[in-house]
Amino acid sequence: MLINAIPLSDLPLNTHAKICCINGGKGFQHKLQVMGIQVGRTIKILSKQPFKGPLTIKVCGTHLTLGRGMAQKIMVEVIL
Amino acid sequence: MGNPNVGKSVVFSRLTGAQVIAANYPGTTIDYSKGKMRIEGTQVEIIDAPGTYSLEPTNKAEEVAVEMLESADIVINVLDATNLERNLYLALQLLEKHIPMVIALNLADEAEHLGIQIDDQQLQKLLGVPVIRTVALSGEGIKALVSSLDKATINNNIQFTSHEGRWVEIGTIIKQVETIQHRHHSFRDRLTDLTIRPITGIPLALIIIFFAFWLVRLIGETMITYLFDPFFDTIYLPLVTALGDFLGPGLLYTILIGPYGQPIIWEQSLGLLTTGIYVPFAMVLPYIIAFYFLLSILEDSGYMPRLATLVDNIFHKLGMHGHGIISLFLGLGCNVPGALSTRTLETRKQRFISATLLAIAVPCMAQLAMVFGVLGPYGVQYIALVFFILLILYIIMGLILNKFIKGSSPEIFLEVPPYRRPSLTAILKKTWMRIKWFIKEAIPFLFLGILIINVLYFTGVLEAISNLLASSMNFLFGLPGDASLSLVVGFLRKDLAVGMLLPLGLTALQLVIAVTILTIYFPCVATFAVLLKELGVKDLIKSSIIMFATAASVGFILRILFFGLPTI
Repeated sequence: MLINAIPLSDLPLNTHAKICCINGGKGFQHKLQVMGIQVGRTIKILSKQPFKGPLTIKVCGTHLTLGRGMAQKIMVEVIL
Repeated sequence: MGNPNVGKSVVFSRLTGAQVIAANYPGTTIDYSKGKMRIEGTQVEIIDAPGTYSLEPTNKAEEVAVEMLESADIVINVLDATNLERNLYLALQLLEKHIPMVIALNLADEAEHLGIQIDDQQLQKLLGVPVIRTVALSGEGIKALVSSLDKATINNNIQFTSHEGRWVEIGTIIKQVETIQHRHHSFRDRLTDLTIRPITGIPLALIIIFFAFWLVRLIGETMITYLFDPFFDTIYLPLVTALGDFLGPGLLYTILIGPYGQPIIWEQSLGLLTTGIYVPFAMVLPYIIAFYFLLSILEDSGYMPRLATLVDNIFHKLGMHGHGIISLFLGLGCNVPGALSTRTLETRKQRFISATLLAIAVPCMAQLAMVFGVLGPYGVQYIALVFFILLILYIIMGLILNKFIKGSSPEIFLEVPPYRRPSLTAILKKTWMRIKWFIKEAIPFLFLGILIINVLYFTGVLEAISNLLASSMNFLFGLPGDASLSLVVGFLRKDLAVGMLLPLGLTALQLVIAVTILTIYFPCVATFAVLLKELGVKDLIKSSIIMFATAASVGFILRILFFGLPTI
């Protein structure tokens, strides 16, 4: 486990980060993969809906909306 | 075939002529478009499959796409050039199936604009099937695509492999064909940011929705005043009157035209040829046309996923996720397509809640038109009151159902496509298909409803049932006994039932109660049939009990709020 890794849900807005690992089952990982969320990719949060609402992220040129719970399973490392 | 939001339907409408039909996939209620085109004298059929990200389906619509593939002679795989890497996953899976294929590299202009260079020759060499650059919106490359269909090939070098294997392959391909240059924030990015950030997005959403409904009313009303009403009053009325004179009094007159010796009132005569034709065509259809036209614009411009993101929080608490708003919107036009659209939700729980709430608290255009007609003269505040009650009910029932219905309700996960200028032809085609569908599928039910009402009325059955219920009307809902007739009719035709309240001389608050009960207590026959198909018998019975109980309790609560406790 990388020391600097944080869950995607804790990443501040408009900060670039690198996906370093995705927790969860194979099905879950595959579901993310086909939408472009893969280890090594650069990711950025565009907006967070209030009250633990979903996040909208930018990855691989596309914008995706995903739930907070899913974002907690994606570990990222901030790119300085 | 292709991922969602890559412009499949625009390519489709470019390839096919006006001869497009919406069809139901056998055994399910997934609708897809089918069209014909001519290539060098032979007629071929083209199918616009539902969008999917991979051949391992995650919902019913994707399942259908995968099944359709089995019967395809040639696959046209539409790729989004602005997002080649992700799109290639499906492309590789399709190639593994060894069905002759051509690739349309769509949105080529947009990719260039974004600084993405794709070497299509190299891509063609690597994939071993024809790759054609297209800009479906302007029609560029469509001719080349058509002539490439002859050259559709199978690439036997590509064999079935694992997820990981495919991603490795994609990595190699991307390295050889794609170069990306840096670009700066465009106006569109800023618009995306504004509409999805909660602080600016929510007010903008309210403005957009309000404006859209204002336009629906404006367009609908204009069509009625200048087109439909003049037609009915100056051309149709003399025809019906002449027919009436010819028939003379009797059963046929009552069923076809209405009560004998009274002037024809379009909304109230209840004849097959008077009210039966006028309500669906002159009162509902104009709004349906306007509504689906605007909804198609909102869909094709890419706004709906943003709206789904903004409302996800609320909908998640109601046991669904942001996608639930789509069913709600479609349902405001006609509940039937609304109920059909619940299939895009992943779990049984989500679908059940979405469908039940739709039937309870979402009035369709036919009802809306009637509610406006009946309550309008008393003032906008009463219409607003009905909507407010329904909104509160939607939320409360959602919260309750979410708590008590077993099953999981997964989180939202969807793509937010970039804003795109919608293609007018694609929108008109979509609107036209929806209108045609409404005329074909919903209007016969409306017609059947009025026929049954007439027969029951004439045979006295309707009166007998309503007499039975009449005594409890005042006690339960603060309504006169006569209103029971309208409530019974509401089982068959809710919109007509609302119209039947008119001659009773109710006060505004009594009307609010009656209209609200009518909206809640049962879906129309057409929606009922679809719910039966979508939910199954057991869940539908459960759902119906919930609707009925809710209608009775809400009616009773409103009675207490407006008129105090009933006296025994």
